[in-house]
Amino acid sequence: MNCKGVIREISDYIDGELDLLAKQELERHLEDCEDCKMVVDQTRLTVEIFCDSKPVELPTDVKSRLHDALRRKLHEKSN
Amino acid sequence: MLYATFINAKARMQPPIVLLIPLSASNPHRLPSTVARDDEHLLVAAAKRGDTHAFEELVNRYEAKIFRLTMNITRNREDAEDAMQDAFLKSYAHLKNFQEDSRFYTWLVRIAANEALMRLRKRRPNQFSLDEPVEGDEDLMPRELEDWGPSPEQRFAQTEMHEILSEVIDKLEPDFRVVFVLRDVEELSTEETAKALGISIPAVKSRLLRARLKLRQKLDRYFRRGATN
Repeated sequence: MNCKGVIREISDYIDGELDLLAKQELERHLEDCEDCKMVVDQTRLTVEIFCDSKPVELPTDVKSRLHDALRRKLHEKSN
Repeated sequence: MLYATFINAKARMQPPIVLLIPLSASNPHRLPSTVARDDEHLLVAAAKRGDTHAFEELVNRYEAKIFRLTMNITRNREDAEDAMQDAFLKSYAHLKNFQEDSRFYTWLVRIAANEALMRLRKRRPNQFSLDEPVEGDEDLMPRELEDWGPSPEQRFAQTEMHEILSEVIDKLEPDFRVVFVLRDVEELSTEETAKALGISIPAVKSRLLRARLKLRQKLDRYFRRGATN
């Protein structure tokens, strides 16, 4: 597998969705290619950082409008 | 009306599962979560029986995440708020149709994503289409690689990291952004993402690959060793 092949498969590799043969080929390439190893590591970290990011608390005014609308709807449905 | 009466009568026969603790006086909207996370199906079942407090608990539990989702897709606060609000109202209105073959949250994400996409298409009719094929491989090869040094998550304070992530995702093209947000932020499966967006699995994979590589490239400017923070 060459560098272009690694880039094409990087997503499936990170997600553990590559078949065994392709995975072994890709990992053999990574042993000898510092650049591809860096791209794989940084792409994996990119995914992890976004995945781990916590949602910020809902702004009070947004929350208040949501719950007002919700209460109106719940009230309307129960009548 | 008869239908609503029937639901209420039925609901009265079932004990509500969340109103065991009084509402906080300081925050009357906040219903305390008295149950563990894996009780979602109990809340959904209670809400289906007409227990409005159970539904409100589901809203409390997911409102921040759904707002983050709609904000990430629309990148416009007004649209994000409208999309979130409509998503919760629609999920309540159609709760009876929810088959429970997936988590309630996944179902809610699909509704919210569609609400957000509708607004995004309206605001940027010429800039967003999931129907367009993605470009070839040529531009995917990263250039000028540099080590990112010590863990960026330790180098940046949480608020600073939020700003960086918000800025880079804002610059990502909407059709890549939407797929990335559903797959890597909301952690939907490839199949669920394809279903939510009405596109094929190869299309999801192709957009996800490009989104990830583009975001890596955009983050590089902040994370590379020696970058001025």
